[in-house]
Amino acid sequence: MVEMSGAEALVETLKREGVRVIFGIIGGAIMPVYDVLRDSGIRHVLVRHEQCAAHAADGYARALGRPGVCMATSGPGATNLVTGIATAYMDSSPVIAITGQVNRRSSNTAYMIGRDAFQEADIIGITTPITKYNYQLTSVSEVPRVVKEAFYIATTGRPGPVLLDFPKDIQTERAEVEFPGKVEIRGYKPVTNPHPLQVKKAVDALLEAERPVILAGGGVILSNATPELLKVAEFLMAPVVTTFMGKGAIPENHPLSLGCIGMHGSRAANSVILDADVLLAVGTRFGDRSTGTLDTFCRDAKIIHIDIDSAEIGKNVDVDIPIVADAKKALRALYEVLASRAEKRGETAWFRRVKELKEQYEELLESRDEKLKPPRLLRELRKIIPVDSIVTTEVGQNQMWASLYFKTYKPRTFISSGGLGTMGFGFPAAIGAKTARPDRFVVDIAGDGSFRMTEQELATSVIEDIPVTVVILNNSTLGMVAQWQRLFFDERYVAVDLKGIPDFVKLAEAYGAQGVRVGSLKEFVKAVKEAMRLDVTTVIDVPIPPEENVLPMVPPGKSLKEMIE
Amino acid sequence: MTTNEEQTHIIAAIVEHKPGVLYRVSNMFRRRNFNIESISVGPIEPRDLARMTITVRGDEKVVEQMIKQLAKLIDVVKVSRLHPENTVSRELALIKVYSPDTRARSDIINYVNIFRASIVDVSTDSMIIEITGDSDKLDAFIELMKPFGVKEIARTGITALSRGAKSIKIL
Ligand SMILES: Cc1ncc(C[n+]2csc(CCOP(=O)(O)OP(=O)(O)O)c2C)c(N)n1
Repeated sequence: MVEMSGAEALVETLKREGVRVIFGIIGGAIMPVYDVLRDSGIRHVLVRHEQCAAHAADGYARALGRPGVCMATSGPGATNLVTGIATAYMDSSPVIAITGQVNRRSSNTAYMIGRDAFQEADIIGITTPITKYNYQLTSVSEVPRVVKEAFYIATTGRPGPVLLDFPKDIQTERAEVEFPGKVEIRGYKPVTNPHPLQVKKAVDALLEAERPVILAGGGVILSNATPELLKVAEFLMAPVVTTFMGKGAIPENHPLSLGCIGMHGSRAANSVILDADVLLAVGTRFGDRSTGTLDTFCRDAKIIHIDIDSAEIGKNVDVDIPIVADAKKALRALYEVLASRAEKRGETAWFRRVKELKEQYEELLESRDEKLKPPRLLRELRKIIPVDSIVTTEVGQNQMWASLYFKTYKPRTFISSGGLGTMGFGFPAAIGAKTARPDRFVVDIAGDGSFRMTEQELATSVIEDIPVTVVILNNSTLGMVAQWQRLFFDERYVAVDLKGIPDFVKLAEAYGAQGVRVGSLKEFVKAVKEAMRLDVTTVIDVPIPPEENVLPMVPPGKSLKEMIE
Repeated sequence: MTTNEEQTHIIAAIVEHKPGVLYRVSNMFRRRNFNIESISVGPIEPRDLARMTITVRGDEKVVEQMIKQLAKLIDVVKVSRLHPENTVSRELALIKVYSPDTRARSDIINYVNIFRASIVDVSTDSMIIEITGDSDKLDAFIELMKPFGVKEIARTGITALSRGAKSIKIL
């Protein structure tokens, strides 16, 4: 037992949890915590909007596979975190959000919480549906246990954000505290080991399969299961398609990789998955953007579904063989049983078909070559930046071009808001990723509309010396929405024209960053190389035609079969 | 038993007995578009746990999903589905009816006796009846009271236990 203030107990627990950096903005109700943080050795990155603190913590977590921490004051600081927390929740990212809260008691011992005190917001009520769990601290002595529980919940099972709401009086009050070695939560016991009988059933199905397909979701990346995934795929010679969140679960230059399925998936992936007789789906929630209409999605295939969240099983798609387990452990068990019962498959007819599809897919990508247009530009970018570079994206056409044309070779190197589709995510997430991986080149593939939502973080990037590069595919429109208006609203354009304002080169310079506008592929390549060499915050403005579509595309409410080319 | 028919199901959940838990549960139901008919809650042993009895309408798939989503909540320690055929389920209602004259009064008393209900309060022109039973019994009784004029009804919602030795184990 040691005597401490609540703020000291918080910071001490954060240190014990291995926290090295916190992204945040200070304010009245969180000042005592900052006061302790000042000399704690934990780095604080002062962002310019709390939304970006959450996105940066999220990017940090996704790049590193360890929890990211963000912090804000009560009321508006806390509510500004909301979009970032919801983004992390939808993509199962372990983010710890710490908010200040008004005093529980004022000096005359009356309660303040619940009386609409200055800068009071019910952040527990607000974030309950978008966090895995949240806590409001009620005493100093419980701080170490609660904070430890928060990390435990955020990082185990299906990861997700956890919020800690810290009334100011508990930050300053002093009490005897004890730091527990481990925590027990009676209502939270994530299952991680696969049931042997289910594994056996899955193996039976896979060994009988003529046309097995593996669908890898974000869960494969979250559980660092790429090596195990490859072993199973190569053993079965089964093609691997991914969801958008699973991009990077398999190196996209692997002979068995056919890219992403879904609304903006590759034709190869969308057609191969519909041909499967046995589908092994790992760590995916069968989101609507991935499956297209459900009544045409793998209706005749036997579906094996591995997920650590049992509530995902049967939620969207009926499953034949459920396996509730950690993806890594389940895939390892599958491989062991497979290898004990059969020989590795050779070049089956199915594999030859996959090879054919893969070749067609590559050709198609190549034949779209044109001047300074996104597909070509993204393939050039892949060639010049190191394999382990981290790419983040914004939302819209930029994101889908990146998904289709930028090949990802390693897990945790493609970071994007898949579930919530949050414009403005990519840039702060890049800052978070660079903080986690200072040795890597980090680039945000942006649209001009999205970048404008969080561009003020140029200040953070420059001043905190967290150099990232932003490539703006600048079509002066809200491109993806314009594409929908073109394709599904009779070209009735409304509210999509951004009119080419501002001048992004000048904007970058105003923040002390480097700004370059490029007019050719050659200039683009040069600008990227320069950004890598100088390792300074760089904005590369790439003017592109406003009327480009991202194709292929499965129209909303349609089957994966019905792609527009 | 798998059917696509909408039915009423009873779910029992053992939850942490602390502030905000009812909010988490009901908020999850709202967010996921589940239709709850009633919830009743009360503390059990040990005192830091509570038992919720939830009745819901939906088909098999919906109920299964609902149970999984409930189990996923950190504050929910255990969830169990109670099958109607081996469940004792009870509801309590308090009903205030007009009884301005002796004739009405004696008629009401008759019904009360038949239903094994009891009269718990009497005033000059109304009385309060307490009745316990399964929900159908309560519905039927309330129907019979309507001609007299029902002033107010308070129902607890269903609470239920499975029959026999079986019970929900709290680790
Ligand atoms: C915060 C937020 N607001 C609105 C949307 C709806 N939306 C989706 S894509 C898009 C256009 C994106 O434009 P831009 O960032 O310029 O990218 P482009 O599609 O042109 O590549 C919009 C408005 C969204 N996803 N997120």
